[in-house]
Amino acid sequence: MNLAVNNTSLFLAAMLVLVALGISLWQKLGLDRDIVIGVVRAVVQLFIVGYLLKYIFRVNNLWLTLAMMGFIIFNAAWNAKKRGPGIDHALAISLLAIFVSTGVTLGVLVLSGAIKFVPSQMIPISGMIASNSMVAIGLAYRSLNSQFHDQRQGVLERLALGAGLLDASIAIVREAIRTGMSPTIDSAKTVGLVSLPGMMSGLIFAGVDPVRAIKYQIMVTFMLLSATSLGSIIACYLAYRNFYNEQKQLE
Amino acid sequence: MNSLISLEKVNYQIADQHILHDVDWQIPAGAHITLTGPSGGGKSTLLRIIAAMISKTSGTLIFDGQPIESYDPIMYRRQVSYCFQQPTLFGETVADNLAFPYQIRKQVMDTQRVVTALNNVGLSERTLHQPIIELSGGERQRVALIRNILFLPKVLLLDEVTAGLDENNKQIVHAWLRQLNEQDHVTTIMITHDATEIAAADQLAKVVAGRLEVHA
Ligand SMILES: Nc1ncnc2c1ncn2[C@@H]1O[C@H](COP(=O)(O)OP(=O)(O)OP(=O)(O)O)[C@@H](O)[C@H]1O
Ligand SMILES: [Mg+2]
Repeated sequence: MNLAVNNTSLFLAAMLVLVALGISLWQKLGLDRDIVIGVVRAVVQLFIVGYLLKYIFRVNNLWLTLAMMGFIIFNAAWNAKKRGPGIDHALAISLLAIFVSTGVTLGVLVLSGAIKFVPSQMIPISGMIASNSMVAIGLAYRSLNSQFHDQRQGVLERLALGAGLLDASIAIVREAIRTGMSPTIDSAKTVGLVSLPGMMSGLIFAGVDPVRAIKYQIMVTFMLLSATSLGSIIACYLAYRNFYNEQKQLE
Repeated sequence: MNSLISLEKVNYQIADQHILHDVDWQIPAGAHITLTGPSGGGKSTLLRIIAAMISKTSGTLIFDGQPIESYDPIMYRRQVSYCFQQPTLFGETVADNLAFPYQIRKQVMDTQRVVTALNNVGLSERTLHQPIIELSGGERQRVALIRNILFLPKVLLLDEVTAGLDENNKQIVHAWLRQLNEQDHVTTIMITHDATEIAAADQLAKVVAGRLEVHA
């Protein structure tokens, strides 16, 4: 392998941070504090993760691997929740949606033999799936919130006509699911043409034959479609009722 | 005489704003009531409470012998149907709107009935496939009105539904509403500010500053 990064080269590459700092100071952007905090956090967090993963891969213990995956899923749910202000139980809903979407997708990958149940494969793949599911759910929440606000009158009219809550919300729910899934579908359309995505770039970087690397990328495309569609549909179907009260009135 | 709807000491408050005060109202089955009063008095609020679109803060509301709380709100709203002041149409075409009452009852649209209803309010069959953005304000108002009666409710609550219409179409809608009341026995309450409609009222009620005044 010709991976050459070492502490000296990293230290020299840190000069790139000075470029950002310099621009911030020169243009009075007021970002210097944030840049320093951001860089320090990134370095510390990544070192911790690096050593943690090294340890987990070395002990190769089932429970430790599952615990790490649980931790990833919980963090993803926590972040998705923050994008749905005003939605009650958003944490529980997000947790279920991310858990199921990640679980089903991983299950298919493992059963089909695409990946092996070893920590060095399960943990990074879980992270990719959970984070994409998290982004999809966050977009879906935002779409639910804005549509229930903008289309309030339409929902009220459907209710007044005697519609059940799902009938009154279905157009909104569908649009929110679509919103959650669309970045994944869009990026599937341009993958390889606009950017070389992370999975494939990483493998190529590590010296893997590009033709093998793209197979992994194809797998990633499939798994993200499954993860974002499952995550969005579960989250939307569980969240829409939140916009109504006990008397089936719009809140 | 037995009332179809009966309100006792109904109040409605939002935060510290007292919008309706101790409303007592007996509405007999088959009534054709005209409701009026100054802007901001609480007319729409009162009808929305009766339609279960919002809930009273206190008091009792009896419909057909049972308190409103004992009904499933969805089924109740199919019996007591509220037509909004300034309604909006949803979906793409008029047909999307008129098919909706059938969809929610898991039925296919009865085109014959829909076309008859359109004709009854002075609209032609052609309207059915028109995109809603092409309709005039008065046409939208009438399409919205039809949505409420494709399945006849027991009570029809109309919130200034003739406000956007010209004299001719007002006459058409009035005649049609009277027919719904007299032949189909739909109890109607109609909010209006229109002097002619107030003068022609069978029974007149007024909401002034959140208090109901019923005139014989
Ligand atoms: N959701 C609400 N939040 C705050 N105030 C409200 C709300 N709904 C109604 N009100 C207030 O209650 C009062 C009565 O409103 P309502 O719409 O019932 O009047 P109205 O008699 O129908 O008037 P108009 O003839 O202009 O339609 C108004 O002062 C209105 O501002
Ligand atoms: Mg009003």
